[in-house]
Amino acid sequence: MSSESERGEPADGEWASAGDGKFGRYGGQYVPEALMPAIQELTDAYERYVLNNEDGFMDEFRRRIRDFGGRPTPLQRADRLSERYDTEVYLKREDLLHGGAHKLNNALGQVLLAKYMGKERIIAETGAGQHGTATAMAAAHLGMPCEVYMGERDINRQRPNVFRMKINGSEVTPVTTGRGTLKEAISETMRDWATNVEDTHYVIGSVVGPHPFPRMVRDFQALISEEARRQVREKAGRLPDSVVACAGGGSNTMGSFHHFVGDADVDLFAVEAGGSSLAVDEEEGVAPNSASLSTGTEGVLHGARTKLLQDHDGQIVESHSVSSGLDYAGVGPELAHLVDEGRVTPVNVDDDAAIEGFHRLSQEEGIIPALETAHAFGYLHEHHDELGDVTVINVSGRGDKDLDTAIEETAKRDVANAPDMSMFEGGLR
Amino acid sequence: MSDAVDDEGDDADDPAVDDSVADAFADGPAFVPYLAVGDPDYESSLAYVEALERGGADVIELGLPFSEPIAEGPTIQNAVVRALEAGMTPERFFEFVEDLDVDVPLVCMTYYNLIYQFGSEQGPRPFVERAASVGISGFVVPDLPAEEAGPLREACDEFGLHLISIVAPTTDDDRLGTLVDVSSGYLYVQARLGVTGASSSVSDRTGESLARLSGVDLPKAVGFGISSDEQAATVVEAGADGIIVGSALVDIVADGHERGESTESVADRLETKARELKRGALDGYGRRPPAPEGTSD
Repeated sequence: MSSESERGEPADGEWASAGDGKFGRYGGQYVPEALMPAIQELTDAYERYVLNNEDGFMDEFRRRIRDFGGRPTPLQRADRLSERYDTEVYLKREDLLHGGAHKLNNALGQVLLAKYMGKERIIAETGAGQHGTATAMAAAHLGMPCEVYMGERDINRQRPNVFRMKINGSEVTPVTTGRGTLKEAISETMRDWATNVEDTHYVIGSVVGPHPFPRMVRDFQALISEEARRQVREKAGRLPDSVVACAGGGSNTMGSFHHFVGDADVDLFAVEAGGSSLAVDEEEGVAPNSASLSTGTEGVLHGARTKLLQDHDGQIVESHSVSSGLDYAGVGPELAHLVDEGRVTPVNVDDDAAIEGFHRLSQEEGIIPALETAHAFGYLHEHHDELGDVTVINVSGRGDKDLDTAIEETAKRDVANAPDMSMFEGGLR
Repeated sequence: MSDAVDDEGDDADDPAVDDSVADAFADGPAFVPYLAVGDPDYESSLAYVEALERGGADVIELGLPFSEPIAEGPTIQNAVVRALEAGMTPERFFEFVEDLDVDVPLVCMTYYNLIYQFGSEQGPRPFVERAASVGISGFVVPDLPAEEAGPLREACDEFGLHLISIVAPTTDDDRLGTLVDVSSGYLYVQARLGVTGASSSVSDRTGESLARLSGVDLPKAVGFGISSDEQAATVVEAGADGIIVGSALVDIVADGHERGESTESVADRLETKARELKRGALDGYGRRPPAPEGTSD
């Protein structure tokens, strides 16, 4: 059993200062010069409004994320999973947040901040579409024009979210370079930002990118662990032995971990997408996984020094995951640092385990998870013996957007716990 | 290869700073073309770079392709893809520089991750050491602002190479000081916001940027959007010490590749275009008003 820390605060304890953007050897600001003044302006705004609540920014953010967003989200005891694994499993229900994923915490925070900064236009990138959807919703809510860049391949994989962005009034711009996934969409959004930096704010969707994004996005997402820490003490009477969250870029991961980082006896597990294999094919420039914490090496991408999937020369390789939301070759610098420090344990499950996790949570708890989230449940299934007596798992998002992918991917493999899928061949349409 | 750095100092621990770059700006406006190395293949690329020198290049920026070129527009981005698909790597890039038969200073333009990963130890030193050994004179690194440039600056100092910083229209006076502190060789003055790419007109902000830099004791070469002799003339007339042209030249390579033209034919077109741009720069220099008495420029 874990001993309780009363702090529940991060080890670095920095609240009022934006700091230097470094997490150990990671982080920094590796961006074109044209963006540096905007990044300095953002750092200043982050410090004033987010850290010091100037003009009541954080009060307004908390009010809006409550009334518009639906916070606090519940911490639900998963009765059947608890029985199956003979352990107390608690689910942090970010899937119940408005929009169906944790992404709104950050999107609403950043769009509101852009408004406080006097910016006139919002741009964002999206992989699975959840961040794009959240940003489109936040922009509509706050009356800001919004353009979302999305890889062409992801547009085809995630049509429901594309439609949701469009009906919220956002423009969705396909990115056709490279493999047409999140990595290319981020590069393209950075190009737009470099062109329109004077009136445009780039809502980065995860704890990645140049300082202050990794720290600022973490702070917006930290509502998850702020609530979960309080809720688990109320429900279980103590802190958990472990917190488990899936990790792509790492925003729900850092959000779930942040207020537990100071609790040394709470184990933190970041579950990455093992894809079909943990190997990297340097010849083809492909990693059939998205496990940059588990297998990546240090490098510089999209504004920060962090752990990356790259070849021997430093060229970024194409990642893979059955889940578009995890399909990224990098990861947040703070997570990379916490892994190096031994505070966070990087683990991974493959596509097959994620699909099984998807069906299991759907059948046993009546919660259809996003395929990102399904990785965490794949890990729970395989390693529940190692998680202690009380586990909190972040249900980072709901799976409505993934139904077509789930049908397609289930049909490709022998999934023991899947229902009869024969009538759904060819998808839902 | 370039013999631009043959004049190393006597003291091996303190190499002389390469002065070939300064020389290139000494007699009138410098024409600084860019090509992505290995686009569309190694041999053609060698011929294309050499054609640029024949066309009047004073310094040549050689792009080492990186898979995520966030500061580049579609033209150079596509060139990078072609070069990577044809097998370009950092080591091949250095072999390319050794194979080149040109006699002007060569500047390597690339992204920091390739510099950082090169060699057995992580950090910029092995890359800079290798670059110096093949005769590279300096670096332009678009994703490395002054704040992160310390380790590369240190390695450049160790091997006598230049670190050329990009000044953007958004760079304010406070940042300008920091940026100039880490810069040597010349300043790459970004004519407009955005990413690289040819443009039909020169940004109004160019003159404004040059005026702000008038007190800086480094040559100012203007890039981003220059594609014609008239634009080159306008920029130099406005006070630039040089012009940097990339996308307009890469377009010629891409066009030739798409149409299946011979390497010789594309090289000829590049040489002709280079002459046009160099002439434009010289025309612009001739159109400058005489410097007021008592000023050095």
